[in-house]
Amino acid sequence: MTAVTAADTVARAGATPEQPQPYLELGLTAEEYGRIVGTLGRRPTGAELALYSVMWSEHCSYKSSKVYLRQLAAKAPPSAALLAGIGHNAGVVDIGQGYAVTFKIESHNHPSYVEPLQGAATGVGGIVRDILAMGARPVAVMDALRFGPAAAADTRRVLPGVVGGISWYGNCLGLPNIGGELDFDPCYAGNPLVNALCVGVMRHGDLQVAAASGPGNQVILFGSATGPDGIGGASVLASAVFGGPVGSDAAAASDAPAAAAKRPSVQVGDPFEEKLLVECCLELYAAGLVVGIQDLGAAGVACATTELAAAGTGGMRVRLDAVPLREASLGPPEILMSESQERMMAVVEPARVGEFLAVCAKWDVRAAVIGEVTDDGRLTMTWHGEEVVDIPPASAAEGPVYRRPAARGPDCDALAADDPAALPRPADGAGLRAALLALLGSPGLADKSWVTEQYDRYVRGDTVLAMPEDGGLLRVDESTGLGIALATDGNGRYCRLDPYLGTQLVLAEAYRNVAATGARPLAVTNCLNFGSPEDPAVMFQFAAAVSGLADGCAALGVPVTGGNVSFYNQTGTTAIHPTPVVGVLGVHDDVRRRLSIGFSAGAPAASIVLLGETDAEFGGSAWAHVLHGHLGGRPPAPRLDAERRLAGLLAAAAADGVLLAAHDLSDGGLAIALAESCLRGRVGCVVRLPSSLAGPFTDPFTALFSESAARAIVTVRPGAEAAFDALRDAHEVPGEVIGTVGGDSLAVDGWFLIDLEELAAVHARTLPALFG
Amino acid sequence: MRIGVITFPGSLDDRDAARAVRVAGGEPVPLWHGDRDLRGVDAVILPGGFSYGDYLRCGAIARFAPVMGELTAAAGAGLPVLGICNGFQILCEAHLLPGALTRNAGLRFVTRDLRLRVENERTAWTSAYRRGEQIVVPLKSGEGAYVADPGTLADLEASGRVVIRYAEDNPNGSAAAIAGVCNAEGNVVGLMPHPEHAVSSLTGPSADGLGFFASVIAAGVLG
Repeated sequence: MTAVTAADTVARAGATPEQPQPYLELGLTAEEYGRIVGTLGRRPTGAELALYSVMWSEHCSYKSSKVYLRQLAAKAPPSAALLAGIGHNAGVVDIGQGYAVTFKIESHNHPSYVEPLQGAATGVGGIVRDILAMGARPVAVMDALRFGPAAAADTRRVLPGVVGGISWYGNCLGLPNIGGELDFDPCYAGNPLVNALCVGVMRHGDLQVAAASGPGNQVILFGSATGPDGIGGASVLASAVFGGPVGSDAAAASDAPAAAAKRPSVQVGDPFEEKLLVECCLELYAAGLVVGIQDLGAAGVACATTELAAAGTGGMRVRLDAVPLREASLGPPEILMSESQERMMAVVEPARVGEFLAVCAKWDVRAAVIGEVTDDGRLTMTWHGEEVVDIPPASAAEGPVYRRPAARGPDCDALAADDPAALPRPADGAGLRAALLALLGSPGLADKSWVTEQYDRYVRGDTVLAMPEDGGLLRVDESTGLGIALATDGNGRYCRLDPYLGTQLVLAEAYRNVAATGARPLAVTNCLNFGSPEDPAVMFQFAAAVSGLADGCAALGVPVTGGNVSFYNQTGTTAIHPTPVVGVLGVHDDVRRRLSIGFSAGAPAASIVLLGETDAEFGGSAWAHVLHGHLGGRPPAPRLDAERRLAGLLAAAAADGVLLAAHDLSDGGLAIALAESCLRGRVGCVVRLPSSLAGPFTDPFTALFSESAARAIVTVRPGAEAAFDALRDAHEVPGEVIGTVGGDSLAVDGWFLIDLEELAAVHARTLPALFG
Repeated sequence: MRIGVITFPGSLDDRDAARAVRVAGGEPVPLWHGDRDLRGVDAVILPGGFSYGDYLRCGAIARFAPVMGELTAAAGAGLPVLGICNGFQILCEAHLLPGALTRNAGLRFVTRDLRLRVENERTAWTSAYRRGEQIVVPLKSGEGAYVADPGTLADLEASGRVVIRYAEDNPNGSAAAIAGVCNAEGNVVGLMPHPEHAVSSLTGPSADGLGFFASVIAAGVLG
């Protein structure tokens, strides 16, 4: 016999109104606690307090961000493609031919710092269940990673663990990893960013709802048993600042003891269980056995029950002692707060419970009926017959809303005035060559194979493009060639200089990356990584970034379908750069017409065309960062109309088959784009610069390294030059031939030449030298 | 030609193996780990993945699946059997093939398109290739280092049972760069690289992997 943990009951709470409760320790303010008491008309029980504390945490309630996020829906451009928008587990987009796609990106930053492998692994697991809960089969993942300085000791602890966790969980789950990002900056030293994206595909009719409707319907918890792992993960880890020193490598390393103390709050993943859960859910959906479904993520059973009840008929009765446990000593508060992984909750008609349990048994998935749907507007929970929770579910699901003070940071003016125009620039061939190699070998731009080789990009057999391409591209239908493209982008430096413009640049780059595969961008997801919302300067950045995103999406004609906010990304009082990471989804009409970034050798040689306009824009550039450690001035100007025209041209040119390759210009400008296209295709090129060109270039340095937006290089299929020019004119995209593909070096005529071998060596050696 | 593809809990490349069979002109037949039934198929593929999570030694639990009893008997009677990656590991654990697969030399999972050399074209699964032919096929595994005792290795080499070898890069540190082996009769073949991911240049590095599936189908048609 196991001893039953005595619980704080509703009756006892009514009889002991003065009993002090640890609401501050659970992250609730005195006002929030008072609001709970007011709602209930008594003090909450221990279980209720646990439930409200996690539901009202920043991570779950969006209490500081909600007032801003509303404009993402309010300003969203009209889109016929949107089947389900913001507010669901993930947005759902119609891609035609009866298919729908759902995708979302989410942060797992704080757990990944405390315990890199499990933190990153369970980040993948969590976002996969979000997609699964929509009714879709998850088909791919991506990840956007940001760490402190590449050479820092703590980065060598965190990065291999994070990559290993993503590799282990994603590979074992059988999802191809088709892209993402890797960048380094001192601002992430004590607070790495681990953002995971998942995409799923379904038929239109397969959409599932997260609602507990139909009184008498049974509530089934299935998947892993509930343990003590991750208790309060959302409230303890993701909704507060890590203490400890800031800045130097030594300080970051000495943060480890503080991190160790939080380790019990990190969840532990079991990708095999998740694989079974995926197959089990898809079989349950196909058999029509599910009325409503919700994944268990942050705030576990507390969140799943309150959200299902609040969205459904209005009530639910739960027997907490029926929850299968892997640690018998857990009581109601722990069961409600546990973030044990690989769990789902379904609402099932009573007559179909037997069939439901049989499917679970086939897949060796544990399942237990733990309650039923009611229509009394109350969420009640019992523990061995005694009532321990009795609340109106909407009161927990909706939570408080704050409009926190926001004010432009005091250092913003000085930052904007520190123009990179004052930095010394290379003016001769040797200097330009050295700058290119320095950039190409810098950790943020170097070959990422050390990371991406650890991910399976082949599984499921539909991966058409993956890293290091501009975007990932998946085939959805083998007979028609219909496919989807995805890209994520973030740029903390641009956003630090101007969060409104920076966020638009980030959106535009993801949009351009998708377009560069030949796909048409359709929809947007976002993961907003910021410092503490209690800091007015951070709140100012957040407000500007959300406005920038909403306005940018309106200008580009792509709606935001969902996303995630991660606050408290700071160490002590120092926040990370504001780092919104934006994911863009596009549809490709025929993946056989995809465009790769790689140049291809051939006779006659293909010409290289630079599309877009180049100005001298170096604020927040890779050149300023890598060569001078400089961050200041203004970021490049977003050119959203030009982005739209460029994307239209690329889609049309891909469909017509007039292009051989396309690569967007971003970090490091034309120089890096040329180098990457040469390396990908293992062939050189000869490019002519200002001495022989009229037009926008003012000097070779600007031509090579400026980061002006809305640009790409393409190579034109020999013989199709006139057809491409006609398309370019029709789409009103400026462009000029800047060279030809061929040879075994990257040659910039009259300035410098780099052998492919040297280029490849410089590109390849950086990450292995750092991480082994 | 009906070719069974076994799904164990945690199998991942079963769908890809079935597609490869289809592309090569065969009919894939799903087989379930819990059934003691091969459904009358003409050949069987054990696909890649992480059976039972591979939390114990890779393949160590899957070898006890009910379907493996039938498979072992049928393999003994000459049924063509191909184990890919986790399937190779299972065949080794089941002693249908000699040796074992251990952690990669670099201790990290490696996904890489590799040049392989076909060393034995007389097996049920490699007859479509020429001896010495080089093919490009992806490898993706964390425990792909082939090991065996010196006597077994010498025996494998002497009897021509090394079927596939890494031609240039040996990224997991396999003994003698061995990527795949067969049993004495040549009907059971296991390899770590994934030919089912090289059936089209759209979704793989080449279509070089098709030969494995075409081999067994051609033999079935002729036989």
